[in-house]
Amino acid sequence: MSGLAMPKPDDATMRRRDEIVADMRMIVPGEGVVDAVNSMRAFESDGLTAYRQLPLVVVLPETVAQVSRVLKYCNDRSIRVVPRGSGTSLSGGALPLEDAVLLVMSRFNRILEIDFPNRIVVAQPGVTNLGITTAVEQEGFYYAPDPSSQIACSIGGNVAENSGGVHCLKYGLTANNVLGIEMVLMNGEVVRLGGSHLDSEGYDLLGVMTGSEGLLGVVTEVTVRILKKPETARALLIGFPTSEQGGQCVADIIGAGIIPGGMEMMDRPAIHAAEDFVHAGYPLDVEALLIVELDGPGVEVDHLIGLVEAIAYRNGSTTCRISQSEQERLSFWAGRKAAFPAVGRISPDYYCMDGTIPRKELPRVLAGMRELSEKYGLGVANVFHAGDGNLHPLILYDANVPGELDKAESFGTDILRLCVKVGGVLTGEHGVGVEKRDLMPEMFNQIDLDQQMRVKCAFDPNHLLNPGKVFPQLRRCAELGRMHVHRGQVAFPDIPRF
Amino acid sequence: MRRLRVCYWRVRPMTTFTPATSSEVLSTVQWAASEESPLEILGHGSKRGIGRPQQSEHSLDVSKLTGVTLYEPAELVLSAKAGTPLAEIEALLAENAQQLAFEPMDYGPLLGGKPGKGTIGGALAANLSGPRRLKAGAARDHILGINAVAGRGEAFKSGGRVVKNVTGYDLSKLMANSWGTLAVFTDVTFKVLPSAETEVTLAIRGLLDDAAAAAMALALGSSAEVSSAAHLPERVAGRVAGGSFGSEAATLLRVEGFGPSVAYRIAALKDLLRNAGPLEEISGEATHSLWRDVRDCAPFADGSEKPVWRVSMAPAQAHQMVLALRMQAAVDAFYDWQGGLIWLRMEHGDPEADLLRGLIRKHGGGHATLVRAAPSHRAAVPVFEPQAPQLAALSARLKAEFDPKAILNPGRMAPGAGSANLGPVTEGGSS
Repeated sequence: MSGLAMPKPDDATMRRRDEIVADMRMIVPGEGVVDAVNSMRAFESDGLTAYRQLPLVVVLPETVAQVSRVLKYCNDRSIRVVPRGSGTSLSGGALPLEDAVLLVMSRFNRILEIDFPNRIVVAQPGVTNLGITTAVEQEGFYYAPDPSSQIACSIGGNVAENSGGVHCLKYGLTANNVLGIEMVLMNGEVVRLGGSHLDSEGYDLLGVMTGSEGLLGVVTEVTVRILKKPETARALLIGFPTSEQGGQCVADIIGAGIIPGGMEMMDRPAIHAAEDFVHAGYPLDVEALLIVELDGPGVEVDHLIGLVEAIAYRNGSTTCRISQSEQERLSFWAGRKAAFPAVGRISPDYYCMDGTIPRKELPRVLAGMRELSEKYGLGVANVFHAGDGNLHPLILYDANVPGELDKAESFGTDILRLCVKVGGVLTGEHGVGVEKRDLMPEMFNQIDLDQQMRVKCAFDPNHLLNPGKVFPQLRRCAELGRMHVHRGQVAFPDIPRF
Repeated sequence: MRRLRVCYWRVRPMTTFTPATSSEVLSTVQWAASEESPLEILGHGSKRGIGRPQQSEHSLDVSKLTGVTLYEPAELVLSAKAGTPLAEIEALLAENAQQLAFEPMDYGPLLGGKPGKGTIGGALAANLSGPRRLKAGAARDHILGINAVAGRGEAFKSGGRVVKNVTGYDLSKLMANSWGTLAVFTDVTFKVLPSAETEVTLAIRGLLDDAAAAAMALALGSSAEVSSAAHLPERVAGRVAGGSFGSEAATLLRVEGFGPSVAYRIAALKDLLRNAGPLEEISGEATHSLWRDVRDCAPFADGSEKPVWRVSMAPAQAHQMVLALRMQAAVDAFYDWQGGLIWLRMEHGDPEADLLRGLIRKHGGGHATLVRAAPSHRAAVPVFEPQAPQLAALSARLKAEFDPKAILNPGRMAPGAGSANLGPVTEGGSS
C-alpha cells in the first residue's frame, strides 16, 4: 500500500484550478470553499493517517441544490470528486486526490424530523451517529449501529461504509437500520431511495448504495429507524486458558439459541495492554477474555446470564465475573473500548486490520498470526467481535524505523489472505477504500469485479466519483458494456430458431 | 440436462430448460443471450402470477438445481442451490431449533396455487418476508452471498458466508426483489437464527382501525420487543385460523423469546394496554397458525382473481390512507407490520391503481404492488410502483448493464425491456 498507485492527475484540471475554485465560489458562496494550502491540511487524510494528499480544493456545500450543482459542474468538465463525511474512515475512503474536489458534507448537520409513532429519524448526512441517539434518548430510544467512532463519524459516512459496531450481531448493520436516503448522482440528478416504509418498490438500490464507499452518489439525507432502549443490560467477563476454549464457548452460546447484545474477545497481548492502561480488573493469566453482554427485560437478562455462566464453566473458564451494577458493566467494557489507545501506548504505531472469518476458524487464524508475527518480527494484539467473526488484529510497529511500515502492511496483507483462505473476507466493517483495494482479487475474480463495476457504470459511467478506491483496476464502462457473443459456439445449437 | 417440450396454458414458452448444475445454467443463459431469445426464469412457479404477463419464448426452470451445500448451525449459516425447496430448508433448520428469521411468506394459496411450494432462490428474487419483518427484516437483510449468472451470460459471485462483510458492492441485496430480471441465482447463502423458544400473542378485540393504529404504536414504542403487530378489521378476523378466532376485529401483538421473558413482556403489554379494549392471550399452535395466515394473506386467498394489492408505507399513516380509499372504492383491508404493510382486496374487480397510488403519495409516500389480478389487468396496470423519472432511468441502466439483451424475464417488472415503470410523478416522487 505504501506504493499505492492513485489515478494519474488530470493535467487539464490542474491547470484550470483557479477557474474551478472561482466557479465553486459562485456555487457555494461564503466560507464554503477552502483553497489555501494550510487550511486544506485539515482534510489531507482520514482515519488511515499513513496516507496524505492535499485535494484540488475543498468545498463544503450547505444545500442539496449546491451539491447537485457542484457535481453537475464537475461531471460536465470531467473533474473528479471525493466525498467526505467526518473523515473517520479507517480504509482511506475519503483520501483526497490531487486533481479532485473534496466535497465535505459536514455542514449538513441538522436532524430534520423525529417521528416516534413510526420510530424513524430523518437526518442530514453530517449528523453524527451518536447525535441521532442523543436526539431521541429523552424518550428512551436509540439508534442501534454503534461504530467505535460514533462520537465523530457521520450518518452519511455510515451509509457509505455500511458501518457496524459491537451491537450489530443482534441489531444489524447500517444496511439493516436505514430505511431511506436522498442522494445526488454524479450528473447532478437528485434521487430518493426508500423512505419511511420498509420494502423497496423495485431494485434494492438502497441496499447497494449502503457500503458503496462514496463511489455511486453523494448522500444528502438519511432516514433511519430507531429502537426502544432495552430495560437492562448486564455483562459477563470470562477468562479462558486457551483461545480454542473461548471460541468453543462462543459457539455453544449461539448453539443454545442465545444472541447476545455484544460478544467480544481479546487475546493475551490485548488484555495486558488494556489492563495496564485502564485497570479494568482484567485477569492477566488467561489467553482469551470474553465479554458477553445480554440486554432486554431484567428477567430475561438474569435467565440468560445463568445459561451463559454454565456454558462458560463447561468450556473450562478459569474466571467468570458477572456485572452487579451498571458501573461494573461499564468497567468490563472500559478495557475493550480502550484497546486501541492502550495498544498505542505500548507501541509507537499500530496498524488496525479488519478481516472476518467463520468463527470456528479462530484458533487456526490466531495460530497463523503468531507464525506471521515471528516471521515479520512485529507484535500483534487481537480484539475480536466474536459473535460475528470480525477480527481486528492490531499490528505493532514503529513508523520511524525505516521499512517497518512496509513490513506491517505486508503482515496485514498476509493476515487478510489467511482470512480469505479459511472462508472469510477482506473487510468486515472498515471498507475497502484504498487500503484493501489491491487485495480485491484475493476474493473476487475479474468477472466478479466486472459485475460490481457495472453497478458503478450505471451510477457514474465516467468514473469521476471517488476514483482509485475499492477497484484495483478501473475499466472503461464502454469496454465493460460490450458483449462478447460467439454465435454457434454456445451450447444448444440445435434449439429451434424462430 | 433435460429439455422438455411443454405447452403451458399461458401459451408462450415453447421449451423449458431444466439445468441440474450451475454450469448448465450458464450455458443456457449464454445461448439465450446469443440468440437474443428471452427466458422466463422459474423455480416452482409459485409466484409466476406476479408481474406483467411475459412474452418469453422459453423458460429456465431451476427447480432441479437443488440441495443444501453447507449448514453449520453454530456459525448461523446455510448455503443451498437456488432451486432447493424452501420447505426442505425450513424443515432442516427446525431440526436444529433454527429458522429463516425473515419468515418468508407463501404466495401459493393467495395466487390460487398449492401451499408449501417455492424455492430459496425465489424467496430472494421476490425479497420475501413475513410478520416478523418489523424486527427481523426481509430476505435482503439475511442474504450473505450469492452465485449467479447475469443476463449477459457471466457467472459471478458476491458476498460470502460471514455476517459482517463490506468487501465490494452488495450485489446480493441489489438482486433481492429483482424478480429474475438481472441474473439467475445458482447458489445462495443465508444467515440463519435460533427459533424463539416461546411465542405468545396478545389480541385486543373490537378496535376500529384508528384505535388499533394507536394501540400498535404504543406497543411498538414500548420495550416489550413486540416482533409482529397486525390488525384484522371485523370482516377479516373471521377468515384466519380456520374461523376459530371469531369475527370481531383483532389487533395482534406477537411476543417471542425465552419463556420467562415472554411472560414478563406479555404482562407489561397487558398493563400498558389495559384501557385499550378486551385482551386475549393466544399461545401454542393457535398463535403459530394465526401468524402463518397473516403472513400468507389467507383472508384474501379466496380462489378468485379479485385484485389484491400489497402496500408498503409508513405505519402510522396506513389507516388514514385506507379510510380515504374506502370513501371511493369498495375495498377489504387488513394490516401487518403495525400498518407498514397493507393488504387490500378490491371488491368490484377494478384495481383502481391511480386512485390508490395517488392516496399513498398523499399520505406520506410508499408504494403499491398489484400481487394478484387477471392477466388483462396486469398487462394494463403497472404491477410494480412507477418510479420517478431519474430513478426509473437508473434502474433501467442497471438492467442494461446486467442484461443488455433483455433476455431475463423481460417486461415482468415494467413494459418493454426496462426494469422500472416510469410513471406520473408528483411532489415527493415515488419515495
